[in-house]
Amino acid sequence: MPVTKTRRSRHTGITLSRRAGMVFVLPALILFVIFILYPLVTALSYSLFDWTGIVRGDFSVLDNYVTIFTQLPYKDAIPNAFVHNILLFVGAMVFQNTIGLGLAVLLHRVRRFKRFFQTVYTLPYLVSPLVVGYLWSLMLSPLFGPVNAILKGVGLDALAQPWLGNPTTAIWVVVFVTAWQWVGFPVLLYGAALGGIPDEIDEAASLDGASSWQRFRDITGPLLLPAIGTVSVLTFIGAMEAFAIPYALGGSAGNPAGATDVLSLLFYRTAFESGSSNAIGTSSAIATLLFLFIFGVALLMTWLMRRAERRLY
Amino acid sequence: MTATTSRPVGKRLTLGSFLGSGFLWLYALIAIAPLVLMVLNSFRTMPEMAKSPLGLPLEPSLTSYQKAWITADFQTYFFNSIFVTVASVLLSTAVSLLAAYAFARTKSRIFTLLEGTFLSGLMLPVYLAILPLFFLLDSLGMVSNLWSLILVYAALGIPFSTFVLTGFFRQLPIELDEAAKLDGAGSFTTFLRVHLPLVRPAIATVIVFRFVPVWNDFFYPLILIRDQKAYTLPVGITRFFGEYQTDWATLFAGLTLATIPLVVLFLLATKQIVSGLTAGMSK
Repeated sequence: MPVTKTRRSRHTGITLSRRAGMVFVLPALILFVIFILYPLVTALSYSLFDWTGIVRGDFSVLDNYVTIFTQLPYKDAIPNAFVHNILLFVGAMVFQNTIGLGLAVLLHRVRRFKRFFQTVYTLPYLVSPLVVGYLWSLMLSPLFGPVNAILKGVGLDALAQPWLGNPTTAIWVVVFVTAWQWVGFPVLLYGAALGGIPDEIDEAASLDGASSWQRFRDITGPLLLPAIGTVSVLTFIGAMEAFAIPYALGGSAGNPAGATDVLSLLFYRTAFESGSSNAIGTSSAIATLLFLFIFGVALLMTWLMRRAERRLY
Repeated sequence: MTATTSRPVGKRLTLGSFLGSGFLWLYALIAIAPLVLMVLNSFRTMPEMAKSPLGLPLEPSLTSYQKAWITADFQTYFFNSIFVTVASVLLSTAVSLLAAYAFARTKSRIFTLLEGTFLSGLMLPVYLAILPLFFLLDSLGMVSNLWSLILVYAALGIPFSTFVLTGFFRQLPIELDEAAKLDGAGSFTTFLRVHLPLVRPAIATVIVFRFVPVWNDFFYPLILIRDQKAYTLPVGITRFFGEYQTDWATLFAGLTLATIPLVVLFLLATKQIVSGLTAGMSK
């Protein structure tokens, strides 16, 4: 017996029996099932019932889904919040792939202060989104806010305004603050990807007479694609899940007048603040759709990314 | 010519590189200025700030910290946050180490399936399942109990932690296990004495990386903690912002207090953070 065991383990990397393995996995499995798997499956089922307070009523098939698309306030609030989530995604993507990418490329070339820049760019990413939101709400305050003070100081009085009180500027503040907080991550990730490209390729192209823009477009750019793909998927998930920054900047109601509302806030309000007797049913329908949308699009993006990579290389 | 020979070709000081470093410094200012203002203003007083929003704390005052820490009860929130974060990260790391070891040292379909299930947690927006979680904890009488947060965060940490740790355990040669077995060690002793010391760098990464989101999380305590005595910092801050609306110095002091542990962690573990954030790129 011992002989066969040794031979088997050498070939397949087994040292634990199935039973011993189960004992090792068990504590994690118990936590995972109770606090993640069970709530997920149950949340889905909640959306298929009619609720009165916390009492589950009849099986209502898709009634809750019909409600959120045909009845007020949901039928207006959902598209409104959805557009804001998309703006967050697009805004962060533009910010990260212009300013973020530019910073990473520049940082790749410098030697001095590299660590310093990396540290400074990453700091906002580590601070709590709620703290970031509140901090910017003070920065942009119409009364003593430093941003308006700076604008007035340089003679741009016309631009100074109640940034968060004005419905047209408020959502852009949320977009900017989110992008500001996130930019450190792509800078680091793109930096690591750039570090992985051998200098010889660039030098060879340079000797062949390629300009620096041609070298970026035809060599560096395509080699950065996997990193850009990873950043895109994570940015999408983050933008769709946005909660703390909009909460800090516009409260749970997405003030002013829903101008900063996002889907997670809408879900939270419906579930915990609406006072509607079927709050559990409707909020679970919102949660289920958002869940499927985030997971579905994230999978689709990953798949498209893999396919694009395979075509390129 | 002689002056430039010491510099490698292509590294001359051109207009482009001058603009480039200008841009790096400018963005550094944009990234850090709000945080610097937060710290500076926390040492100033309200009348000073009303006069000039951008001044230096010429006569630094600690009154606002005293007010935030004691009057606004930040001491309670702070220690609740420390307790929840430390306990949940330790628990999550411990159970993930055991599971990761099993995933790396077994080959059977059931473990592949379990590993895949854990991994899927990395992409799923699990916070949307808050309602059943709330009812579950409520039926156990655990709403407003810090242990409810600890257990939830520990579970939420499992996907990321097992993912990182399994990768590390897989890299350890199987001969180690065989040698330990020949010496008469059981599987748990092998895990504890042979493997654990070897994956220490991965453990550090996992701890640092789970600390940040748990410390910063606002969603779960907002819903699961209804008693002010059990608030963690983020929920405490929302309450505090309502009450101290006009007392900016105290607000800045509170925000600074909530951020200090992260800055300390960052300075202690810059290497783990930078390498961890870019870990996905090494494949």
